[in-house]
Amino acid sequence: MKNTPLSGRRRGVMDLLSEYGPYIALALLLLVCMVSSPAFRKPQNLLNITRQISYSGMIAIGMTYVIIGGGIDLSVGSMLAFSGCIGIFAMNQVASPWGGVAVAFLATLLVGIAAGALNGLLVTAGKIPPFIVTLGTLSIFRSLSLYIANAGLVTSKNACYAQIGGLVWLGVPLPAWTLLLFTAIGTLFLTQTRTGRHICAVGSNERVARYAAIRTNWVKFQTYVIAGALAGFSAFLLGGRLNSLSSTTAGLNYELDAIAATIIGGTAMSGGKGSIVGTLAGALILGIVSNVLDMWGVSVNLQGTVKGIVIIIAVLIQRQK
Amino acid sequence: MAPMSDVILETTNLAKSYSGVPVLTGISIQVRKGVVLGIIGENGAGKSTFIKCLNGMTEPSSGEIRFMGQAWGNCSVAGAIAEGLVTIPQEFNLVNDLNVYENLFLGHELRTPLGLLDRRRMRRRAAELLAELEADIPPDQLVGSLGVAEKQMVEIAKALTSPCRLLIMDEPTTVLNQNEVATLFKVMRRLKESGVSILYISHKLKEVKTICDEVVVLRDGQFISHDPIDALDEAEMARRMVGRELHQMFPPKVSPAPDAQVVLDVRHLTVPGVLEDVTFSLRQGEILGFAGLVGSGRTELAETLYGIRKATAGTVEFFGRPGRFSSPQEALKAGLAYLSEDRQGTGILTEFPLAANVTLASLKAYCHPFIRKKEEAAKAESYIEKFRIKTDSLQTQLKNLSGGNQQKVSIAKNLDTSPRLFIFDEPTRGIDINAKSEVYAFIRELVSTGVSCILISSDLEEVLGLCERIAVMRGGRLAGILEGEKLTDEEIMYLATGVKG
Repeated sequence: MKNTPLSGRRRGVMDLLSEYGPYIALALLLLVCMVSSPAFRKPQNLLNITRQISYSGMIAIGMTYVIIGGGIDLSVGSMLAFSGCIGIFAMNQVASPWGGVAVAFLATLLVGIAAGALNGLLVTAGKIPPFIVTLGTLSIFRSLSLYIANAGLVTSKNACYAQIGGLVWLGVPLPAWTLLLFTAIGTLFLTQTRTGRHICAVGSNERVARYAAIRTNWVKFQTYVIAGALAGFSAFLLGGRLNSLSSTTAGLNYELDAIAATIIGGTAMSGGKGSIVGTLAGALILGIVSNVLDMWGVSVNLQGTVKGIVIIIAVLIQRQK
Repeated sequence: MAPMSDVILETTNLAKSYSGVPVLTGISIQVRKGVVLGIIGENGAGKSTFIKCLNGMTEPSSGEIRFMGQAWGNCSVAGAIAEGLVTIPQEFNLVNDLNVYENLFLGHELRTPLGLLDRRRMRRRAAELLAELEADIPPDQLVGSLGVAEKQMVEIAKALTSPCRLLIMDEPTTVLNQNEVATLFKVMRRLKESGVSILYISHKLKEVKTICDEVVVLRDGQFISHDPIDALDEAEMARRMVGRELHQMFPPKVSPAPDAQVVLDVRHLTVPGVLEDVTFSLRQGEILGFAGLVGSGRTELAETLYGIRKATAGTVEFFGRPGRFSSPQEALKAGLAYLSEDRQGTGILTEFPLAANVTLASLKAYCHPFIRKKEEAAKAESYIEKFRIKTDSLQTQLKNLSGGNQQKVSIAKNLDTSPRLFIFDEPTRGIDINAKSEVYAFIRELVSTGVSCILISSDLEEVLGLCERIAVMRGGRLAGILEGEKLTDEEIMYLATGVKG
């Protein structure tokens, strides 16, 4: 057998595919769905998709930072339930409607940040692998939510909270706007600031980063706090949408969706590099797939299989590098 | 010319390009049975790429390889090993969490007739192999607990566990001391007699001259010459590698001004189990050498000064102020830079582009508050020019650069923090002659601007060529500081080993 020279063109296509893969896949998927299904291309349906992916999408942005920094956060779903339940709980103690909303906002965000800080502290100061830490807090935050809500719903008694969740501007629901906003800020932060660069450096090789006088623990800590803050923010909006939160199902499996969106978006599980816009594309792909499956009447029970296949294919394509 | 049957490896017009940039062009080489063939060349000459094409790490862009008379279409490392083409890599390829014999047989474990691991046989065979190498390493020891020289010996023993016809050794002596090198050469001669051919890649021309039968010179990815070793002396080899007359290797020494201030004053510095009562001082504009065997505590001293290790006793004064730094951030802020010995482990981010590596430690200066990428690029360009770094672009990932160019980026990264004291730890390890003399000239230039330097090196020629004072370490202690006419190989080795002669 002769040593076949590798054609330059093929290599080029593969490079392109792995760099723009998520966007190409998203465009193709959109095109196919738009053409084939009139129900899909209805504006109302498209807006529904953006709303559906917004909550776990915001969490996925936080997840992207954590993964680029070389970690993982399994607790974000439970964190959403926990911070959201406490937020609504706190809101119900306040008489003034808008004052209550402000309290809910602050409380949810603060609990999210505190929960993220706890993860970060255990990972950095405690030197426990992130998988273990967040597996533990996944269980803890969910259990605490169940405890304070007696394993049921925490319902808002506030007249204004539901208005927040239903807000629509230029025809687009509020959570979709915030998702876009966080994508923009997140991209700016990751690619244009020192901390963003440091997160990539720490994820790429922590020892090199340490020798380059980067405060590696502080950098890693921040990624968990960002993830916590975004989980809290997402909880605030989700609670407003439903006017209540279920301590058993709110945020359930969101960590899996967030990790999936991050991976499909091209961020390497090994850390060091990634893209927030890619994560947004990943979240959209997941959202469109499950929307279409719904429309086709595919059993909900089978949707997880499709989702799993999408994730595996995405990683297979990246592996071609 | 030898009869064809004697040729075990032959390449014809072998070429390799990375993203369109040719790094190897038209290499045609024959390796005969039982011959040690040296391959020499500067960094970026294409030596490593050539090897990678042979052993299946990468696929050549064009050209043909024939191994044992067969066209070599096999492109996997495991396949190459199965055919008897074994490589001892430059960077260690061992699993720290496994012990020595498990590493030796990793991937081709010996089994009992029942299919279970035959630990006894593996242990015995491992002990035999290590004994042949005269390496005093117990087969049951955890590899992670071994020193670098011992790891190198394990790596060599690992290559010998499978039957091999062609052994490729990429810079095998970098971390070995003279005795260990002598043992290695003995093993190589024995292999040669048993009919094994060896490709020996090295920068150390003296070693090439000693052990090789033939030598191939590569330059800029091209084949330059293939001669019997007796046809070339070291100077001629160096000339062919560089492609021009070599100027003097070391720039003239310059003493610090007689009234130069003491910039670093270390007293009784102790780190349990690593450093014991180390006392020395350094004046402005001085290059203080640190010699000693591998593991004598030189790197640990540097890491302690740089705030990576915690001292439990002793004082450090840095420019007249307390300087026992507790973190690299403090050290860097005060003006201390440390070029670490482990380039890929602690020096550079191989997955990062060049520009981001250059500003890794000094990024703050480019943030207002967003990173000014133009400023960053301009600075990186200026270092590329200053150090003559060979790269396609500022965005090239460092893993695509040769060792010497990576090292220059690592130096640039440290320099960009504007240090007042610069610690160089093995600054020329694994880089070629040309890059070496550039590094020497740079160190010299640095001290002339008033920066003080500490030079840690296992290359005696290097410390003797650059330093007027050399501190020698042994077993975590300062064995002595040599200056004046005491600056000789013998005195240093005496202090380093504690044995005269």
